[in-house]
Amino acid sequence: MKTYILRRLLAMVPTLFFASLIVFVSMRVIPGDVIDLMLAQNDVSTSLDREALEAAMGLDQPMATQYVRWAGNALSGDLGQSLWRSTPVTEQILARLPVTFELGLLALVVALSVAVPIGIFSATRQDSALDYTARSFSLVMLAIPGFWLGTLVMVFPSVWWRWAPELEYTPFLVDPIANLTHLIVPAILLGLSLSAVTMRMTRTMMLEVMRQDYVRTARAKGLRERAVVVQHALKNGLIPVVTLIGLQAPLLIGGAVVMEQIFVIPGMGLLLLEGVYERDYPVISGVFLVVGVAVLLINLLVDLSYGWLDPKVRYG
Amino acid sequence: MTTVAAAVPDALPGRDQARWWRFTVRLFRTKPLGAAGAVVFAIFLLSGIFAGVLAPYGINETDLAHRLEPPSRQFLLGTDHLGRDLFSRVLMGARLSMIVGFCAAALATVVSIVIGVLTGYLGGWFDMLTQRLVDAWMTFPDLVLLIVIVSVVGPGITQIVIILGLLYGIAGSRIVRGAVTSVREHVYTHAAQSIGAGTFHILRRHILPNVMPVVIVLFTTRVGAVILSEAALSFLGLGVPPPAPTWGGMLSGDGRTYLYLGPWLALAPGICLTVVVYAANVFGDALRDLLDPRMRGT
Repeated sequence: MKTYILRRLLAMVPTLFFASLIVFVSMRVIPGDVIDLMLAQNDVSTSLDREALEAAMGLDQPMATQYVRWAGNALSGDLGQSLWRSTPVTEQILARLPVTFELGLLALVVALSVAVPIGIFSATRQDSALDYTARSFSLVMLAIPGFWLGTLVMVFPSVWWRWAPELEYTPFLVDPIANLTHLIVPAILLGLSLSAVTMRMTRTMMLEVMRQDYVRTARAKGLRERAVVVQHALKNGLIPVVTLIGLQAPLLIGGAVVMEQIFVIPGMGLLLLEGVYERDYPVISGVFLVVGVAVLLINLLVDLSYGWLDPKVRYG
Repeated sequence: MTTVAAAVPDALPGRDQARWWRFTVRLFRTKPLGAAGAVVFAIFLLSGIFAGVLAPYGINETDLAHRLEPPSRQFLLGTDHLGRDLFSRVLMGARLSMIVGFCAAALATVVSIVIGVLTGYLGGWFDMLTQRLVDAWMTFPDLVLLIVIVSVVGPGITQIVIILGLLYGIAGSRIVRGAVTSVREHVYTHAAQSIGAGTFHILRRHILPNVMPVVIVLFTTRVGAVILSEAALSFLGLGVPPPAPTWGGMLSGDGRTYLYLGPWLALAPGICLTVVVYAANVFGDALRDLLDPRMRGT
């Protein structure tokens, strides 16, 4: 297990390096812009001139030097300074990260508790009416845009019943109930759209496992179907579903951006959008990097738990 | 070398047509849902193409006497807060979605082919390096990547097409690469190599034709994803800027507050999006099952 962990960690290094390179390059495409913005923000009469500012920000150095300095700062937790606000980017992100994490976790719980039972049921009764309904539902959920679903939930209940989802954020530690009543609607919407893929995956995996010899043996020795499914098939069938959680992390974060925008949740997604609307490039690149690292870490955790669940992987 | 190439007869036009016909019949017979998807998608494509003729009003034609009117015979889907006919705007929205969908998916396919074929066939350190870069690229959530790039290059239809093409192209290169690595090991490829065929020739005559099924499936499945992404971006105000009638944009911006006064405005764009993407997805799935059984269930 130790060598397995070490191998996974080492495999992460090049990806992390290239990911940071992508963030760095994407932001350096527009250095002139940032300088212009900063100059425009200051009075024209100030003594700050273009070259002095570029030198102060280290933009006159060669690209490689700039990258090393930037990556070094990022590693030590310094993601720079917001252009318009006095708070450092790291501080802003740390304030927003738990919010998105909570939303994502809630959505994941919703997704799994909807998708896994239906997926199993669908697989054990392949080609039944329920199987078809479940599969059609998952296909439709794949096509429905999350932002439309969110808009409908905002508009129609308030038109019909004068009820609107909560839009004011309360931190969990201040008032857990208020916090959950705000987050539960977007979490359900996000979870439903994730459940589509999870359901398909669970069904496929269960079908595969159900065709294996040991399941036939379990049936042959006279076990009830319920015991065959729950005690024998499920264990092996659900292992790949764990991987799916890792694969869905990007989807979850992408969906969170939209939900945070609609339901005014002060998470990472809203921070990113605010950064884009205000053209606050240090904030954008900070969120960009943290999101990439977060996805990599989630995948690492999933890989590790996968190795723990399935000994074949560890020694493979 | 040319003699070997010439020895492979090109399919006659007549035979090609018969093959297409047989394939279509097979699609309708074995995959009715996929065929229905193709038909529905074609309907949207045609309404996009003929939107100029079909639309009863101009897309930015305001009529302040008829603001926020519910659907009626005069305005099939009602009017928005500026008195613009929603039906006409949804039709034009279909055109925009189709333009973005086809252009970006086509660009994505080209990018996938170039990266996938080169890395898959050449292998070695070039492949290693490119794959790590693709890994890193795919780490970022699609929407976050899109938002960040738009923040750098600015919104607009050309930018969106290029960005979406790059995004899905790089992600899809994995699938093309996988197909190429298996074709590379086939006997006919080795035979071509052993008689001294050039790399470009092998790629064009042997590798490319044999990964075509994968490429076609890739293109079809991407169209729906691209349309959905563009809509999400336009919804966030980062796609095609208003007053262009995008389906995503109709649900956002200054029109959003009026959705409460005219809830019908929230329905048509979303329904169109869902139906088009659903149609594209089931058609893509059906094509995949027929053309490339290996990719089934992915």
